[in-house]
Amino acid sequence: MITFTLNGQKATFDGDPDTPLLWVIRDTAKLTGTKYGCGIAQCGACTVHVDGTTRRSCITPISTLDGSSVTTIEGVDGPEAQAVQTAWRAIDVPQCGYCQSGQIMSAISLLQYTPKPSDDDIDGAMAGNICRCATYQRIRQAIHDAAKTLEG
Amino acid sequence: MDIATIRPSRRAFLAGTGLVIGVTLLAPNARAALIQGAKEGAEGQQADLNAFVRVAPDNTVTVLSKHIEFGQGPYTGLTTLVAEELDADWSQMRVAAAPANQELYKNLAFGLQGTGGSTSIANSYGQMRKAGATAKAMLVAAAAKDWNVSADEITVVKGRIRHEKSGKESGFGAFADKAAKTEPPKDVALKDPKNFTLIGQDRHKLDTDDKTDGKAVFTLDVLADDMLIAMVAHADHFGATVKAVDDSAARAIKGVVDVKPIPQGVAVFAEDTFTALKARAALKIDWDLSKAETRSSQQIVDDYRAEMKGKGLKAANKGDVDGALASEGITSLDTEIVFPFLAHAPMEPLDAVLIRAADGSIDCYNGSQFPGQDQKAIADICGVDPSKVRINMQLAGGSFGRRAQFGSPYMREAAAAFKASGMTRPVKHMWTREDDIRGGFYRPIYVHSIKGAVDKTGAIVGWDQKIAGQSIMGKDELDETTVEGASDMPYAIDNLRVVAYQTKLGVPVLWWRSVGHTHTAFAVETFLDRLLERAGKDPVEGRLALLKDSPRHLGVLKKVAEMADWGHAALPDGHQRGVAVHKSFNTYVAEIVEASLDDTGLPKVQKVWCAVDCGVAVNPNIIKAQMEGGIGYGLGAILFDAIDLTDGGAVVQSNFNDYRSLRITEMPHVEVAIIPSSEAPTGVGEPGVPPIGPAVANAWRRLTGRPVQRLPLSRDLVA
Repeated sequence: MITFTLNGQKATFDGDPDTPLLWVIRDTAKLTGTKYGCGIAQCGACTVHVDGTTRRSCITPISTLDGSSVTTIEGVDGPEAQAVQTAWRAIDVPQCGYCQSGQIMSAISLLQYTPKPSDDDIDGAMAGNICRCATYQRIRQAIHDAAKTLEG
Repeated sequence: MDIATIRPSRRAFLAGTGLVIGVTLLAPNARAALIQGAKEGAEGQQADLNAFVRVAPDNTVTVLSKHIEFGQGPYTGLTTLVAEELDADWSQMRVAAAPANQELYKNLAFGLQGTGGSTSIANSYGQMRKAGATAKAMLVAAAAKDWNVSADEITVVKGRIRHEKSGKESGFGAFADKAAKTEPPKDVALKDPKNFTLIGQDRHKLDTDDKTDGKAVFTLDVLADDMLIAMVAHADHFGATVKAVDDSAARAIKGVVDVKPIPQGVAVFAEDTFTALKARAALKIDWDLSKAETRSSQQIVDDYRAEMKGKGLKAANKGDVDGALASEGITSLDTEIVFPFLAHAPMEPLDAVLIRAADGSIDCYNGSQFPGQDQKAIADICGVDPSKVRINMQLAGGSFGRRAQFGSPYMREAAAAFKASGMTRPVKHMWTREDDIRGGFYRPIYVHSIKGAVDKTGAIVGWDQKIAGQSIMGKDELDETTVEGASDMPYAIDNLRVVAYQTKLGVPVLWWRSVGHTHTAFAVETFLDRLLERAGKDPVEGRLALLKDSPRHLGVLKKVAEMADWGHAALPDGHQRGVAVHKSFNTYVAEIVEASLDDTGLPKVQKVWCAVDCGVAVNPNIIKAQMEGGIGYGLGAILFDAIDLTDGGAVVQSNFNDYRSLRITEMPHVEVAIIPSSEAPTGVGEPGVPPIGPAVANAWRRLTGRPVQRLPLSRDLVA
């Protein structure tokens, strides 16, 4: 039995301990904002926060998360999250939208650690998140906009 | 939650209204996502004023979109067209997917229900405006009757119906039911475009908010109680069939419910996704390769070269090409350009949820471009009448052409798996990324062979182009998609010949964002650039001279040159520029890139200027987004992407590790200008793609002195 925190709630999992966190989130907890894109940590669509940092949930066995705190797009909160999501809406970043939960989770984490990121900081933090619609220019812009909001 | 809450209400189906399908994620600790049908017990009844416009008692107006939304903005665009003529307030507008109904919801460009070819706004422009104007006339008629005033004295502004003299005023909701019962006017006047208040301005996209909160529901997110996950083990050779299967190890895994052979491979059924993945990996399958395609990509290209020595299908034949290319005093140039197979690789792999109701009818939740074809495919496979199959259109996580398939081969696999399961439990059939990359329906391999020449005055005297590749449309006669963009090139060249060789191959192929223009624009715009260089002409000036009879080509090319300050801007050391202009889907796009070389010798694209002429700009922000996205999508492909068949015919690539996508680090800054126009609107989903490849290749040739003759460019480096 694995015990962890999911979006602030206590959660337990008693299935195959090798099960990737992604499928625990989607199949068991039925939170579908976190997406499957590749299964091999290449695209970032499955990005969540584990104990405050980004994690590719598709390759993270649930067995490694006993006692951890997991946050998904549904549970994300705080000034960085609000600033990022507000900026995302303001310039209509998403196209198909499928990768955007993962993009937003990576962007929030970036701003939590680097409040005033440069273009290079953004590229470095976001390089693991693929967007096949290539919304990258707006992602960069929205992160800069969010950083400005946080600056006050 | 049980099936009853998952299935949309029967009443909604019977009403033929289409369904408001959406999924609401409950609080963060919610147990399940719900599929909501038409809201039971909502106050009053939503009234359908026509097949596209539904008005609710709370004044909200829902537009039923006949086009699927996977990022190009039709939900917002079609809703804008209706709202404009309805004189609604934008805040009251909502959108939902229309159901499968070939007659009501056909694409006027295709004659069947479908999304593709950058036609959504183009084919809907008159139809949706008329739907809005008609609905408005019906609401006004109902109000006039109720208030006992003349309809002529009623005005509608921002969703408020007003009668000035009597001071009466109302929203739409109060008259929705009554309006629905009035006879629609046969003819309604549409607005003079100069009176547009919504069309032509940026509108916040209706799907943005849910896609920012993780609430947007794609097919893969559809949940149903007691649902099985189905995955199919496929061969790694096209045309292979199952000879024998040992499923004992798979069946021994806890949570595996069944394993069944189906025509497409071997289906596993499991209680959850991870179990299905494990079970599929545990299958031991002996494949029969006797009918499989066994040639390698290299062999295929060699075979095409041999075929191109024979007689092809003439697509263009102007003047005397042979004479012109044999004349004296000319400078000749010839080239071969080889294009690889390309996978579409949308972020959401193909998937579908199938649920059989107690009465034997079937609900399908999916996102595809031809819902009517899916309906028929499910009916065929599952043995029910097509009228018993309901297609509940979901948002799709990208497509780029992948979800538009005649005959619905993917849906046939999903339905075959559902049938094999016994259809007693809901089934979600899904592909993994590996299935997607290795699943075929690629942009075909093409080989171009081009000869051309310039005379002493620098004029292009002849152009002779051969193109070999599979027919996307499966034709024996000339397939326009093989030659579009080349045979109809806009340049004033007196002696022009374009010949197609439609090769046969056991690899399924499909249109890929911008179809034939993916390769013809590259071939034409890079070869033309080289001829102009031979003639000592500037790439922009040279093109302008050859386009004197094509005003819209001229318009975008002049605009983009002005934006980039072409010919005047001082370039940093190690930077070069390239230009390309191309019309596709009746939209004209010119792009200029500025590039340097990265450490590996690949072009690092610093900046892209783009000018687009797509007629009336319904939503400029969406048009700009599509140019940005088309440029990024095309750039990734020409830099990195190829699907290869190895010796023996197996697919080499399998996932995003070896089928590279453009990443944020490689995304240039893109600046887009839209040419003001009063022409009817044309598409924007695809036309941003074709010019980026040749523009980059033209810059790279100036950086390195080498033309690009084999794609992707990363491969040309080691040629």
